[in-house]
Amino acid sequence: MITTDILIIGAGPTGLFTVFEAGLLKLKCHLIDALPQAGGQCSEIYPKKPIYDIPAYPEILAGDLTDKLLEQCKQFEPGFTLGERAETIEKQEDGTFVVTTNKGTKHQAPVVAIAGGLGSFEPRKPLISNISSFEDKGVEYIIKDPEIYRDKKVVIAGGGDSALDWSIFLSDVASEVTLIHRRSEFRGHLDSVDKVQELKNQGKIKLITPAEVINIVGHHKLEAVVVKESKDKHIDKEYDIECDHFIPLFGLSPKLGPIANWGLEIEKNAIVVNNALDYQTNIPGIFAIGDVNTYPGKLKLILCGFHEATLMCQAAYKIINPGKRYVLKYTTVAGVNGFDGTRKEAPKAVVKTIE
Amino acid sequence: MEQDINIKITDRDGVTHEVLAPTDMAMNLMEVVRSYELAPEGTIGICGGMAMCASCQCYVLSETELPEMQDDEEAMLSEAFYVKDNSRLGCQIQMTQEMEGLEVELAPES
Repeated sequence: MITTDILIIGAGPTGLFTVFEAGLLKLKCHLIDALPQAGGQCSEIYPKKPIYDIPAYPEILAGDLTDKLLEQCKQFEPGFTLGERAETIEKQEDGTFVVTTNKGTKHQAPVVAIAGGLGSFEPRKPLISNISSFEDKGVEYIIKDPEIYRDKKVVIAGGGDSALDWSIFLSDVASEVTLIHRRSEFRGHLDSVDKVQELKNQGKIKLITPAEVINIVGHHKLEAVVVKESKDKHIDKEYDIECDHFIPLFGLSPKLGPIANWGLEIEKNAIVVNNALDYQTNIPGIFAIGDVNTYPGKLKLILCGFHEATLMCQAAYKIINPGKRYVLKYTTVAGVNGFDGTRKEAPKAVVKTIE
Repeated sequence: MEQDINIKITDRDGVTHEVLAPTDMAMNLMEVVRSYELAPEGTIGICGGMAMCASCQCYVLSETELPEMQDDEEAMLSEAFYVKDNSRLGCQIQMTQEMEGLEVELAPES
Protein backbone atom coordinates (compact mmCIF):
# COMPACT_ATOMS: atom_id res chain seq x y z
CA MET A 1 0.00 0.00 0.00
CA ILE A 2 1.34 3.40 -1.03
CA THR A 3 0.35 6.08 1.48
CA THR A 4 0.48 9.83 1.01
CA ASP A 5 -1.29 13.05 1.97
CA ILE A 6 -2.79 14.01 -1.36
CA LEU A 7 -3.32 11.34 -3.97
CA ILE A 8 -3.40 13.04 -7.37
CA ILE A 9 -5.02 11.27 -10.28
CA GLY A 10 -3.42 12.60 -13.45
CA ALA A 11 0.17 13.76 -13.88
CA GLY A 12 -0.52 16.59 -16.31
CA PRO A 13 0.38 20.24 -15.66
CA THR A 14 -2.34 20.73 -13.04
CA GLY A 15 -1.39 17.57 -11.15
CA LEU A 16 2.31 18.45 -11.21
CA PHE A 17 1.76 21.99 -9.95
CA THR A 18 -0.38 20.59 -7.13
CA VAL A 19 2.75 18.83 -5.85
CA PHE A 20 4.48 22.20 -5.49
CA GLU A 21 1.60 23.99 -3.79
CA ALA A 22 1.01 21.03 -1.47
CA GLY A 23 4.71 20.92 -0.66
CA LEU A 24 4.64 24.51 0.56
CA LEU A 25 2.03 23.33 3.09
CA LYS A 26 4.23 20.33 3.99
CA LEU A 27 1.82 17.92 2.36
CA LYS A 28 3.22 15.01 0.38
CA CYS A 29 1.80 13.89 -2.97
CA HIS A 30 1.65 10.77 -5.07
CA LEU A 31 0.46 10.78 -8.67
CA ILE A 32 -1.22 8.07 -10.73
CA ASP A 33 -1.34 8.30 -14.51
CA ALA A 34 -2.44 5.89 -17.21
CA LEU A 35 0.30 7.15 -19.50
CA PRO A 36 3.86 5.88 -19.05
CA GLN A 37 5.25 9.41 -18.58
CA ALA A 38 4.30 12.61 -16.74
CA GLY A 39 2.88 15.62 -18.59
CA GLY A 40 -0.55 14.41 -19.68
CA GLN A 41 -1.73 15.82 -23.00
CA CYS A 42 1.28 18.14 -23.08
CA SER A 43 3.66 15.23 -23.51
CA GLU A 44 1.32 12.73 -25.18
CA ILE A 45 -0.43 14.82 -27.84
CA TYR A 46 1.59 17.96 -28.48
CA PRO A 47 5.03 18.08 -26.81
CA LYS A 48 6.48 20.13 -29.68
CA LYS A 49 3.65 22.66 -29.86
CA PRO A 50 4.23 26.11 -28.37
CA ILE A 51 1.84 27.45 -25.71
CA TYR A 52 1.48 31.23 -25.53
CA ASP A 53 -0.77 31.78 -22.52
CA ILE A 54 1.30 30.53 -19.60
CA PRO A 55 1.83 33.64 -17.45
CA ALA A 56 5.38 35.00 -17.80
CA TYR A 57 6.23 32.63 -20.65
CA PRO A 58 5.63 34.48 -23.92
CA GLU A 59 6.17 31.10 -25.57
CA ILE A 60 6.94 27.66 -24.19
CA LEU A 61 6.80 24.21 -25.78
CA ALA A 62 4.32 21.89 -24.07
CA GLY A 63 7.12 19.36 -23.48
CA ASP A 64 9.32 22.04 -21.91
CA LEU A 65 6.47 23.15 -19.64
CA THR A 66 6.26 19.58 -18.34
CA ASP A 67 10.02 19.55 -17.69
CA LYS A 68 9.83 22.88 -15.84
CA LEU A 69 6.92 21.71 -13.68
CA LEU A 70 8.79 18.52 -12.80
CA GLU A 71 11.84 20.57 -11.87
CA GLN A 72 9.74 22.99 -9.81
CA CYS A 73 8.15 20.23 -7.72
CA LYS A 74 11.21 17.96 -7.53
CA GLN A 75 12.24 18.94 -3.97
CA PHE A 76 8.85 17.78 -2.71
CA GLU A 77 9.68 14.25 -3.86
CA PRO A 78 6.41 13.21 -5.47
CA GLY A 79 5.75 9.50 -5.93
CA PHE A 80 4.52 8.21 -9.29
CA THR A 81 2.46 5.23 -10.37
CA LEU A 82 2.72 5.54 -14.16
CA GLY A 83 1.21 3.38 -16.87
CA GLU A 84 -1.64 2.38 -14.58
CA ARG A 85 -5.20 3.62 -14.61
CA ALA A 86 -7.04 4.50 -11.38
CA GLU A 87 -9.89 2.03 -11.36
CA THR A 88 -11.75 2.00 -8.04
CA ILE A 89 -12.04 4.16 -4.95
CA GLU A 90 -13.17 2.97 -1.54
CA LYS A 91 -13.79 5.14 1.47
CA GLN A 92 -12.34 3.67 4.65
CA GLU A 93 -13.79 3.85 8.15
CA ASP A 94 -11.10 6.33 9.19
CA GLY A 95 -12.20 8.70 6.43
CA THR A 96 -9.29 8.01 4.09
CA PHE A 97 -9.63 6.69 0.56
CA VAL A 98 -8.06 3.67 -1.07
CA VAL A 99 -7.59 3.95 -4.83
CA THR A 100 -6.70 0.80 -6.75
CA THR A 101 -5.31 0.79 -10.29
CA ASN A 102 -6.08 -1.62 -13.11
CA LYS A 103 -2.88 -3.45 -12.18
CA GLY A 104 -3.89 -3.80 -8.55
CA THR A 105 -1.57 -1.15 -7.05
CA LYS A 106 -3.24 0.30 -3.95
CA HIS A 107 -2.86 3.87 -2.72
CA GLN A 108 -4.22 5.36 0.49
CA ALA A 109 -4.69 9.06 1.28
CA PRO A 110 -7.02 11.34 3.25
CA VAL A 111 -7.45 13.60 0.23
CA VAL A 112 -7.88 12.64 -3.43
CA ALA A 113 -7.39 15.28 -6.14
CA ILE A 114 -8.63 14.26 -9.56
CA ALA A 115 -6.59 16.17 -12.12
CA GLY A 116 -7.54 13.82 -14.90
CA GLY A 117 -7.83 16.23 -17.83
CA LEU A 118 -10.05 14.72 -20.48
CA GLY A 119 -9.70 11.29 -18.91
CA SER A 120 -7.28 8.45 -19.32
CA PHE A 121 -5.85 7.84 -22.75
CA GLU A 122 -7.17 4.67 -24.33
CA PRO A 123 -5.94 3.26 -27.62
CA ARG A 124 -8.18 3.90 -30.60
CA LYS A 125 -9.24 0.56 -31.94
CA PRO A 126 -9.65 0.05 -35.68
CA LEU A 127 -13.11 -0.83 -36.96
CA ILE A 128 -12.52 -4.53 -37.53
CA SER A 129 -15.60 -6.47 -36.52
CA ASN A 130 -13.89 -9.44 -34.85
CA ILE A 131 -10.90 -7.60 -33.36
CA SER A 132 -12.07 -7.70 -29.74
CA SER A 133 -12.05 -11.51 -29.69
CA PHE A 134 -8.32 -11.48 -30.49
CA GLU A 135 -7.25 -8.92 -27.88
CA ASP A 136 -4.32 -10.35 -25.91
CA LYS A 137 -4.45 -13.35 -28.25
CA GLY A 138 -2.14 -11.77 -30.78
CA VAL A 139 -3.68 -8.29 -31.02
CA GLU A 140 -2.10 -5.59 -28.87
CA TYR A 141 -2.85 -1.87 -29.03
CA ILE A 142 0.02 -0.84 -26.78
CA ILE A 143 3.49 -2.33 -26.72
CA LYS A 144 4.41 -3.06 -23.14
CA ASP A 145 7.11 -5.68 -23.43
CA PRO A 146 8.91 -5.73 -26.79
CA GLU A 147 10.50 -9.08 -25.90
CA ILE A 148 7.26 -10.97 -26.56
CA TYR A 149 7.81 -10.18 -30.25
CA ARG A 150 11.24 -11.81 -30.40
CA ASP A 151 11.52 -14.01 -33.50
CA LYS A 152 7.80 -13.56 -34.21
CA LYS A 153 6.03 -12.30 -37.30
CA VAL A 154 4.55 -8.91 -36.56
CA VAL A 155 2.14 -6.71 -38.52
CA ILE A 156 1.91 -3.05 -37.49
CA ALA A 157 -0.80 -0.70 -38.78
CA GLY A 158 -0.75 3.09 -38.59
CA GLY A 159 0.95 6.10 -40.10
CA GLY A 160 2.16 8.18 -37.19
CA ASP A 161 5.22 8.33 -34.98
CA SER A 162 4.42 5.31 -32.85
CA ALA A 163 3.85 3.07 -35.91
CA LEU A 164 7.16 4.25 -37.40
CA ASP A 165 9.17 4.07 -34.19
CA TRP A 166 7.94 0.62 -33.23
CA SER A 167 8.48 -0.71 -36.76
CA ILE A 168 12.09 0.48 -36.51
CA PHE A 169 12.58 -0.97 -33.05
CA LEU A 170 10.93 -4.32 -33.75
CA SER A 171 12.84 -4.79 -37.02
CA ASP A 172 15.75 -5.84 -34.78
CA VAL A 173 13.65 -8.06 -32.54
CA ALA A 174 10.96 -9.74 -34.60
CA SER A 175 11.64 -12.22 -37.39
CA GLU A 176 9.43 -10.23 -39.76
CA VAL A 177 7.93 -6.74 -39.56
CA THR A 178 5.20 -5.58 -41.93
CA LEU A 179 4.00 -1.99 -41.77
CA ILE A 180 0.61 -1.24 -43.27
CA HIS A 181 -0.79 2.25 -43.78
CA ARG A 182 -3.71 3.70 -45.67
CA ARG A 183 -1.47 6.13 -47.53
CA SER A 184 2.09 6.15 -48.78
CA GLU A 185 2.81 9.29 -46.78
CA PHE A 186 3.70 8.98 -43.13
CA ARG A 187 3.47 11.65 -40.48
CA GLY A 188 6.41 11.50 -38.14
CA HIS A 189 9.81 12.93 -37.33
CA LEU A 190 11.87 13.20 -40.47
CA ASP A 191 14.58 10.85 -39.18
CA SER A 192 12.01 8.14 -38.34
CA VAL A 193 10.57 8.34 -41.85
CA ASP A 194 14.08 8.16 -43.35
CA LYS A 195 15.02 5.24 -41.13
CA VAL A 196 11.96 3.24 -42.18
CA GLN A 197 12.82 3.98 -45.81
CA GLU A 198 16.33 2.67 -45.20
CA LEU A 199 15.10 -0.48 -43.43
CA LYS A 200 12.60 -1.05 -46.21
CA ASN A 201 15.38 -0.83 -48.78
CA GLN A 202 17.42 -3.34 -46.77
CA GLY A 203 14.41 -5.66 -46.68
CA LYS A 204 14.13 -5.49 -42.89
CA ILE A 205 10.68 -3.91 -42.96
CA LYS A 206 8.01 -4.90 -45.44
CA LEU A 207 5.92 -1.87 -46.33
CA ILE A 208 2.40 -2.21 -47.74
CA THR A 209 0.70 1.05 -48.79
CA PRO A 210 -1.90 2.20 -49.47
CA ALA A 211 -3.57 -0.64 -47.66
CA GLU A 212 -5.71 -1.52 -44.70
CA VAL A 213 -6.18 -4.52 -42.44
CA ILE A 214 -9.85 -5.40 -42.83
CA ASN A 215 -10.16 -8.69 -41.02
CA ILE A 216 -8.46 -11.10 -38.64
CA VAL A 217 -8.16 -14.84 -39.09
CA GLY A 218 -7.43 -17.43 -36.44
CA HIS A 219 -8.71 -20.12 -34.10
CA HIS A 220 -8.49 -18.95 -30.49
CA LYS A 221 -5.44 -16.95 -31.41
CA LEU A 222 -4.34 -14.70 -34.24
CA GLU A 223 -3.00 -16.58 -37.27
CA ALA A 224 -3.25 -14.04 -40.08
CA VAL A 225 -4.64 -10.65 -41.01
CA VAL A 226 -6.58 -9.91 -44.17
CA VAL A 227 -5.13 -6.97 -46.04
CA LYS A 228 -6.88 -4.89 -48.65
CA GLU A 229 -4.32 -3.22 -50.85
CA SER A 230 -5.24 -0.54 -53.38
CA LYS A 231 -3.07 -1.19 -56.40
CA ASP A 232 -4.39 1.86 -58.15
CA LYS A 233 -7.50 3.94 -57.80
CA HIS A 234 -9.94 1.27 -58.91
CA ILE A 235 -8.31 -2.08 -58.28
CA ASP A 236 -8.19 -3.50 -54.78
CA LYS A 237 -6.68 -6.83 -53.96
CA GLU A 238 -7.27 -8.77 -50.79
CA TYR A 239 -4.94 -11.34 -49.33
CA ASP A 240 -3.85 -12.88 -46.03
CA ILE A 241 -0.59 -12.21 -44.25
CA GLU A 242 0.40 -14.88 -41.78
CA CYS A 243 1.53 -13.40 -38.48
CA ASP A 244 1.79 -13.99 -34.75
CA HIS A 245 0.99 -10.43 -33.70
CA PHE A 246 -1.06 -7.58 -35.06
CA ILE A 247 -0.38 -4.17 -33.49
CA PRO A 248 -2.75 -1.41 -34.59
CA LEU A 249 -1.26 1.96 -33.56
CA PHE A 250 -3.89 4.60 -34.31
CA GLY A 251 -3.19 6.92 -31.43
CA LEU A 252 -4.89 7.37 -28.11
CA SER A 253 -8.11 9.08 -27.26
CA PRO A 254 -9.04 10.24 -23.77
CA LYS A 255 -12.03 8.73 -22.00
CA LEU A 256 -13.31 9.69 -18.57
CA GLY A 257 -13.32 5.94 -17.87
CA PRO A 258 -13.77 4.35 -14.44
CA ILE A 259 -13.84 7.74 -12.65
CA ALA A 260 -17.31 8.18 -14.12
CA ASN A 261 -18.48 5.37 -11.81
CA TRP A 262 -17.12 6.77 -8.57
CA GLY A 263 -20.42 8.35 -7.54
CA LEU A 264 -19.28 11.83 -8.51
CA GLU A 265 -21.69 14.31 -10.02
CA ILE A 266 -20.90 14.42 -13.75
CA GLU A 267 -22.01 17.02 -16.25
CA LYS A 268 -20.77 17.44 -19.85
CA ASN A 269 -18.20 14.66 -19.37
CA ALA A 270 -16.66 16.57 -16.48
CA ILE A 271 -16.88 16.48 -12.68
CA VAL A 272 -19.04 19.13 -11.04
CA VAL A 273 -17.20 21.02 -8.29
CA ASN A 274 -17.79 23.87 -5.88
CA ASN A 275 -15.92 26.69 -7.56
CA ALA A 276 -17.00 29.25 -4.97
CA LEU A 277 -14.71 27.63 -2.40
CA ASP A 278 -12.26 24.83 -2.99
CA TYR A 279 -13.11 22.69 -6.06
CA GLN A 280 -14.44 19.89 -3.89
CA THR A 281 -16.78 17.38 -5.54
CA ASN A 282 -20.05 16.08 -4.09
CA ILE A 283 -17.94 13.58 -2.11
CA PRO A 284 -16.10 15.38 0.73
CA GLY A 285 -12.37 14.73 0.52
CA ILE A 286 -12.42 14.23 -3.25
CA PHE A 287 -11.53 17.30 -5.31
CA ALA A 288 -11.43 17.78 -9.07
CA ILE A 289 -9.08 20.35 -10.63
CA GLY A 290 -8.05 21.34 -14.13
CA ASP A 291 -9.74 20.30 -17.34
CA VAL A 292 -11.59 17.43 -15.64
CA ASN A 293 -13.93 19.67 -13.65
CA THR A 294 -16.81 21.90 -14.58
CA TYR A 295 -18.60 24.85 -12.99
CA PRO A 296 -20.35 27.94 -14.30
CA GLY A 297 -17.86 29.86 -16.44
CA LYS A 298 -15.28 27.04 -16.52
CA LEU A 299 -12.39 27.50 -18.93
CA LYS A 300 -10.16 24.57 -19.82
CA LEU A 301 -6.87 26.39 -19.56
CA ILE A 302 -3.64 25.28 -17.92
CA LEU A 303 -3.42 28.56 -16.03
CA CYS A 304 -6.90 28.01 -14.56
CA GLY A 305 -5.80 24.54 -13.44
CA PHE A 306 -2.86 26.09 -11.55
CA HIS A 307 -5.21 28.42 -9.67
CA GLU A 308 -7.63 25.61 -8.86
CA ALA A 309 -4.78 23.42 -7.59
CA THR A 310 -3.60 26.18 -5.26
CA LEU A 311 -6.99 26.72 -3.63
CA MET A 312 -7.59 22.98 -3.39
CA CYS A 313 -4.34 22.51 -1.42
CA GLN A 314 -5.53 24.98 1.23
CA ALA A 315 -8.70 22.90 1.67
CA ALA A 316 -6.64 19.69 1.78
CA TYR A 317 -4.50 21.23 4.54
CA LYS A 318 -7.60 21.83 6.66
CA ILE A 319 -8.79 18.25 6.18
CA ILE A 320 -5.38 16.77 7.00
CA ASN A 321 -4.60 19.19 9.88
CA PRO A 322 -8.00 19.91 11.44
CA GLY A 323 -8.02 23.07 13.54
CA LYS A 324 -4.36 23.81 12.93
CA ARG A 325 -3.57 27.47 12.30
CA TYR A 326 -1.96 28.56 9.09
CA VAL A 327 -1.62 31.73 7.06
CA LEU A 328 -0.49 32.00 3.49
CA LYS A 329 3.22 32.59 3.17
CA TYR A 330 4.94 34.08 0.19
CA THR A 331 7.81 32.05 -1.22
CA THR A 332 9.75 35.32 -1.55
CA VAL A 333 9.63 35.65 2.23
CA ALA A 334 9.56 32.07 3.49
CA GLY A 335 11.64 30.43 0.77
CA VAL A 336 11.02 26.83 -0.21
CA ASN A 337 11.96 23.99 2.13
CA GLY A 338 12.18 20.75 0.20
CA PHE A 339 11.37 17.35 1.70
CA ASP A 340 14.79 16.35 0.40
CA GLY A 341 16.50 18.77 2.79
CA THR A 342 17.16 21.46 0.22
CA ARG A 343 16.28 25.06 0.89
CA LYS A 344 15.72 27.85 -1.58
CA GLU A 345 15.61 31.38 -0.23
CA ALA A 346 16.07 34.98 -1.23
CA PRO A 347 19.62 36.23 -0.67
CA LYS A 348 19.88 38.46 2.40
CA ALA A 349 20.15 42.17 1.82
CA VAL A 350 23.45 43.71 2.81
CA VAL A 351 23.34 46.15 5.73
CA LYS A 352 26.44 48.30 5.65
CA THR A 353 27.34 51.89 6.34
CA ILE A 354 28.31 54.04 3.42
CA GLU A 355 31.06 56.41 4.58
CA MET B 1 -18.60 44.82 -39.66
CA GLU B 2 -18.58 41.36 -41.10
CA GLN B 3 -21.78 39.39 -41.20
CA ASP B 4 -22.65 36.11 -39.58
CA ILE B 5 -23.27 33.26 -41.99
CA ASN B 6 -25.97 30.58 -41.98
CA ILE B 7 -24.78 27.00 -41.86
CA LYS B 8 -26.49 23.64 -41.30
CA ILE B 9 -24.95 21.09 -38.97
CA THR B 10 -26.35 17.58 -38.55
CA ASP B 11 -25.37 16.21 -35.14
CA ARG B 12 -24.41 12.63 -34.30
CA ASP B 13 -28.05 11.79 -33.55
CA GLY B 14 -29.08 12.84 -37.05
CA VAL B 15 -30.74 16.10 -35.98
CA THR B 16 -30.06 19.05 -38.29
CA HIS B 17 -29.46 22.45 -36.72
CA GLU B 18 -29.49 25.75 -38.60
CA VAL B 19 -27.04 28.04 -36.87
CA LEU B 20 -25.47 31.45 -37.27
CA ALA B 21 -21.69 31.41 -37.32
CA PRO B 22 -19.64 34.57 -36.74
CA THR B 23 -16.96 35.20 -39.34
CA ASP B 24 -15.07 37.86 -37.40
CA MET B 25 -13.96 35.85 -34.35
CA ALA B 26 -11.46 33.55 -36.06
CA MET B 27 -13.76 30.63 -35.32
CA ASN B 28 -13.51 27.31 -37.07
CA LEU B 29 -16.30 24.82 -37.67
CA MET B 30 -15.34 22.67 -34.67
CA GLU B 31 -15.63 25.72 -32.43
CA VAL B 32 -18.99 26.66 -33.90
CA VAL B 33 -20.24 23.15 -33.05
CA ARG B 34 -18.94 23.54 -29.51
CA SER B 35 -20.38 27.01 -29.07
CA TYR B 36 -23.85 25.65 -29.88
CA GLU B 37 -23.14 22.49 -27.82
CA LEU B 38 -24.16 20.23 -30.72
CA ALA B 39 -21.83 17.49 -29.48
CA PRO B 40 -21.09 16.77 -25.80
CA GLU B 41 -18.01 18.48 -24.37
CA GLY B 42 -15.11 16.06 -24.33
CA THR B 43 -16.23 14.32 -27.52
CA ILE B 44 -15.21 17.03 -29.97
CA GLY B 45 -12.15 19.23 -30.27
CA ILE B 46 -10.17 17.04 -27.88
CA CYS B 47 -6.77 18.20 -29.13
CA GLY B 48 -8.01 21.78 -29.11
CA GLY B 49 -7.92 22.23 -32.88
CA MET B 50 -4.42 21.10 -33.92
CA ALA B 51 -5.57 18.48 -36.44
CA MET B 52 -4.21 15.87 -34.06
CA CYS B 53 -7.23 13.85 -32.95
CA ALA B 54 -9.98 13.74 -35.63
CA SER B 55 -12.72 14.12 -33.01
CA CYS B 56 -14.17 16.97 -35.10
CA GLN B 57 -14.35 14.96 -38.32
CA CYS B 58 -17.38 15.88 -40.41
CA TYR B 59 -18.81 15.07 -43.81
CA VAL B 60 -19.31 18.04 -46.11
CA LEU B 61 -22.77 17.72 -47.71
CA SER B 62 -22.98 20.96 -49.68
CA GLU B 63 -20.97 22.02 -52.71
CA THR B 64 -19.52 24.94 -50.75
CA GLU B 65 -15.95 25.74 -51.72
CA LEU B 66 -13.66 25.08 -48.77
CA PRO B 67 -9.99 25.83 -48.14
CA GLU B 68 -7.70 23.16 -49.53
CA MET B 69 -6.63 20.41 -47.19
CA GLN B 70 -3.19 20.89 -45.64
CA ASP B 71 -0.74 18.06 -45.04
CA ASP B 72 -1.47 17.63 -41.34
CA GLU B 73 -5.23 17.39 -41.90
CA GLU B 74 -4.72 14.85 -44.66
CA ALA B 75 -2.35 12.83 -42.49
CA MET B 76 -4.76 12.83 -39.56
CA LEU B 77 -7.68 11.77 -41.74
CA SER B 78 -5.57 8.93 -43.11
CA GLU B 79 -5.39 7.53 -39.59
CA ALA B 80 -8.96 8.30 -38.54
CA PHE B 81 -11.93 5.95 -38.67
CA TYR B 82 -15.25 6.33 -40.55
CA VAL B 83 -13.46 8.42 -43.18
CA LYS B 84 -15.30 9.11 -46.44
CA ASP B 85 -14.37 11.04 -49.58
CA ASN B 86 -16.14 14.13 -48.20
CA SER B 87 -14.49 13.96 -44.77
CA ARG B 88 -12.88 17.09 -43.33
CA LEU B 89 -11.65 18.11 -39.91
CA GLY B 90 -13.92 20.87 -38.58
CA CYS B 91 -11.02 22.52 -36.77
CA GLN B 92 -9.29 23.22 -40.09
CA ILE B 93 -12.25 25.03 -41.63
CA GLN B 94 -12.23 28.70 -40.69
CA MET B 95 -15.60 30.43 -40.98
CA THR B 96 -15.61 32.97 -43.81
CA GLN B 97 -18.27 34.88 -45.73
CA GLU B 98 -17.83 32.49 -48.66
CA MET B 99 -19.15 29.60 -46.56
CA GLU B 100 -22.71 30.90 -46.39
CA GLY B 101 -25.00 27.89 -46.81
CA LEU B 102 -22.42 25.28 -45.76
CA GLU B 103 -23.97 21.96 -44.77
CA VAL B 104 -22.08 19.34 -42.79
CA GLU B 105 -22.75 16.20 -40.79
CA LEU B 106 -20.66 15.22 -37.77
CA ALA B 107 -18.88 11.88 -38.13
CA PRO B 108 -19.43 9.27 -35.40
CA GLU B 109 -17.39 9.48 -32.22
CA SER B 110 -14.38 7.15 -32.17
